[in-house]
Amino acid sequence: MTEPLLKITGLTKAYPGVVANDDVSFAIQPGEIHALLGENGAGKSTLVKMVYGLVKPDSGQMELHGIGYEPVNPSAARQLGVAMVFQHFSLFDALSVAENIALGMENPPSPRELSGRIRDVSEEYGLPLEPHQIVGDLSAGERQRVEIIRCLLQNPKLLIMDEPTSVLTPQEVEILFKTLRQLKEEGTSILYISHKLEEIRSLCDHATILRLGRNVGECVPAETTARDMAEMMVGSALHTPERKDEPTGEVLLELSDLTAASPNPFGTTLKGVGFAVRAGEILGIGGVAGNGQDELLATISGETRVTSGTITLRGQPIGHLGPNARRSLGVLAAPEERLGHAAAPAMSLTENALLSGAIREGLLTRGFINWRGSRRFAQRIIDAFDVRTPGTETSAQALSGGNLQKFVIGREILQRPDVLVVNQPTWGVDASAAAAIRQALLDLAAGGAAVVVISQDLDELMEISNRFAALNEGRLSDVRDTAGLTVDQIGLMMGGAHDMEVAHVH
Amino acid sequence: MLRLERRPQPSKMWSYLTPLIAVAATMIVGGLLFAALGKPPVEAIKTIFWDPLFGPFASYSRPQLLIKAGPLILIAIGLALGFKAGIWNIGAEGQYIVGAICGAAVALAFYPMDGFFIFPLMILFGGLGGFLWAMIPALLKTRFGTNEILVSLMLVYVAEQLLAAMALGPLKNPEGYGFPGSRNLQQYEAAYNAEIIAGTGMHWGVVAALISVIMAYILLGRHVLGFHIRVTGEAPRAAGFAGVHTGRLVVICLGLSGALAGLAGMFEISGPSGVVSIDFNVGYGFTAIIVAFLGRLHPLGILLAGLLLALTYIGGEMAQMTLNLPSAAIQVFQGMLLFFLLAVDFLTNYRVRIGQKEAV
Repeated sequence: MTEPLLKITGLTKAYPGVVANDDVSFAIQPGEIHALLGENGAGKSTLVKMVYGLVKPDSGQMELHGIGYEPVNPSAARQLGVAMVFQHFSLFDALSVAENIALGMENPPSPRELSGRIRDVSEEYGLPLEPHQIVGDLSAGERQRVEIIRCLLQNPKLLIMDEPTSVLTPQEVEILFKTLRQLKEEGTSILYISHKLEEIRSLCDHATILRLGRNVGECVPAETTARDMAEMMVGSALHTPERKDEPTGEVLLELSDLTAASPNPFGTTLKGVGFAVRAGEILGIGGVAGNGQDELLATISGETRVTSGTITLRGQPIGHLGPNARRSLGVLAAPEERLGHAAAPAMSLTENALLSGAIREGLLTRGFINWRGSRRFAQRIIDAFDVRTPGTETSAQALSGGNLQKFVIGREILQRPDVLVVNQPTWGVDASAAAAIRQALLDLAAGGAAVVVISQDLDELMEISNRFAALNEGRLSDVRDTAGLTVDQIGLMMGGAHDMEVAHVH
Repeated sequence: MLRLERRPQPSKMWSYLTPLIAVAATMIVGGLLFAALGKPPVEAIKTIFWDPLFGPFASYSRPQLLIKAGPLILIAIGLALGFKAGIWNIGAEGQYIVGAICGAAVALAFYPMDGFFIFPLMILFGGLGGFLWAMIPALLKTRFGTNEILVSLMLVYVAEQLLAAMALGPLKNPEGYGFPGSRNLQQYEAAYNAEIIAGTGMHWGVVAALISVIMAYILLGRHVLGFHIRVTGEAPRAAGFAGVHTGRLVVICLGLSGALAGLAGMFEISGPSGVVSIDFNVGYGFTAIIVAFLGRLHPLGILLAGLLLALTYIGGEMAQMTLNLPSAAIQVFQGMLLFFLLAVDFLTNYRVRIGQKEAV
C-alpha cells in the first residue's frame, strides 16, 4: 500500500455541550474518492472544517504526505493543496464569474489571463462556463462549477466536496461525476460528503461512516448495499416509508394558467402553471432550485397574490386571500428556508409555533395571545416529531437544521391541513429524520389531505409521490404518474437537456 | 490574542448590562472631555447626575425631571414600536411640533371660552396632528417605496418652518404688541395642562407617558400586533409567512409613533412651554431616539432611560450655569451615550475570547 495522502489519527473536537468529533481516524489514499457518510450532526462538517483549517482540533494529528499537517487557516490549507467546495456557495450575484473567482484567490492574475485560464480549465474538465457571465443569472449547477473551477485553478491535491449534488439535475450530476473521475485519474484525491447512498456507491472507492462524532465503520461502497450503509449511519434498522393505494378522492387544490412575478429581482416568474391535486394524493414537483419553487410555494401559501390565472380550493377561488385566510380554509405551507422564512431565528419555539399556528390552533382571543396554549402546541410538535431541544423556550437558530426542519414540518402537519405544500422537506435532514418526515407526509395524504411536495431530491419524490411534474424556468411540465417514469424522462421534464451541451463554451 | 465569537443565542445578561456600561463609559469619557475644556471633571459629572436630585437647588430641579422625562418617554415608546419592526421614524421632532401646533390651534380657536371639552379636544387634535404628519412618510413609503428615514427627517425642517410661520402669523398673540409667539396657554384655564399635584412636575403628559408604557408592554408581550411587529423586525420573510401585511404595519407603526409624538408636543405646549414660539422645540424628538435604544426598545427600559436622559438635560443646564460649560457639551454628552451603547452592544451577540483564532 502506498503512503496515504492524508492520514487522520485520533482527531477530537468538543464544543460546549457536544463532542463533535471523538477520536476519529482514517486515511485517504492518493487518487481516491473517499466518502464521508453520516447523519446530520454526526460531525462530518466539523471534521472537514478541521482538515480545511477552519477549526482547530482539541487533540489528534493529521499528516499530509507523511508530514505533520496543522493548517492555521484555510489559506494555509490551500497553499498545501487542500481545496474545498462548500454546500452553500459564497458568490456575489452581481459580479461576473471571473470577478468572483479572482476574489477568492490570493494573488489573482490579470482579468484577461484569468479568463483564459478559466476557459482552459472549464474545457479540460468538461465544465461549461463563460467567464464574463453574471453569477446572478446562473443556475445552481453553474454556480457550483464556478466554485469547482475556483478550486481547480489552485491544482489541489485534495478536493473536499460538501453535498455537491443536492442542487443538481441528474444530467448535471453525470457531468460532475465525469469531472470528479477525471480528477481522480490525474491523481487528485477527493473527500466527498453526501447522504445520497446510491451516488456514493457509484462514485466512491472507500467510505468512512461517522455516527455521533465517532468513526463507526468503513466499507467499500460498491460492495455494500445502500440499506446496510444507511443502517450503519443510523445505528439501527431503517424504517422505509410505505405508500398507500392510488387516490381517487375529489380535487382539493387546483391551479390553472397561473402567472405570478417574483418579488425578488433574481427570482423566477411563474408562467402559466397549472395542476390539480386530489384528496389523498401526493404530487411531487421536481426541478433544480431557482426555477420557481419558492415562487410556487408563495402563491399557494398566499404570500404573493396571483397576477393572473386562478387557484381554487374545492372549486372556490382563493387567489385573492392572504396567508391567514387560506390557513383558516385549511391551506398550509412549509417554506424551504428554515431560518428567516419558515421560522424567525432569534425567537423561541413557542413564538415560532404561534407564527403559523395562531389561526388554526385558536391561540388568539380578540387579538390577545394565549401563550400557555402556544407553549403546549410547541411541546406537542416537539413530542410528536422527536425534535431534540432543551425546551420550548430555546431559540429556533439554536436548533440543528434537521431538528428545526422536523419542527417546521411538524408544526404544519399537526394543524391537520386539507392542503399542504412543502418545499425541500428533508433538505439537510439525516436519514432517519427524513424517513420520519416522509412517513408523516404519506400518513397525512392517507388521511385525506392533498399534499404538494417540492423537492430537488428525485429519489424522495419517486418514493412518496403518486404523480410527478417538474419546474423549469417558471414553467411546469406535464404531470405524469410516478410509476414507470425513467430517470431520462425525468431529466427531460426537468429541462436538464439544455445543460447537456458540453460544447457550450466558445 | 483577542477574538470575537458569535453567541448561539443573544445573551440576556449582556442586553441588560450594556446600557449600564454605556452610562459608565459616557461618564468617564465625558469627564475627560470636560477636563479638556478646563472644567473640573468630577464636579461636572456630579453637577449633571447628582445635583439635580440632591443638590442645593434640588427642590426646583426635581419636578423638572418628570417634566422633561414625560415627553421623552411618550415619544420613545412610539419610536420603539417602529424600531422593533425595522421601521425607522427619525422625524418625531417634526410630529411633536405639528402635534403642538394643532393642539394649540384648537385652544386658541376657543379662546376665551370656558369648557370642559376644550382640553380633551386639544388632546385629540394634538395626536391627530402628529399622526397625519407621520402619514406623509408612511404613505410615500407604501405607495412609492421611498425611504422613511429621509422623508421623516426632512419633514422635521418643514415642521420647524411651519412653526415659525404659525408663531409669526395665524397664531400670533393679537395682544402681544407685535412680538412673535401666541397667547400663553398657561393663562387660559380651560386649556392649561397644569400640574396635577403641585410641586411634583406631574402633569397630564406624564400620566399619558406612564399609560403608554403600560399599553406598549401589553401590546408587545400579549397582543398579536406586538408579535407581528417583533417578527417583522426579526425576519421580514417569516412575517410575510405569518400573514403580516407589511404596508399596513408601516402605516400602523409610523402612525402610532407620530400620534404619541404629537401628544407629547400638545402636552408640552399647553403646559410647561405654554406658547407657540419659534424656539418651542428643544430636540425631544431626537433625544427620544437615544432613549428608545438606551431602554433596549423595552417599555420599562424606556421608562428608566427617559428619566436618565431627562436628568442629563437638567444637569446640563445646571452645569451651564454653575460651571460655564458650553451648551453643545451636553448634546455631545447625550450623543456619546448612544455611541457607547451601540459600541458595547455587540457583547449581546458576540463574546470576547482570549486565545487562538478559530472561525466557526
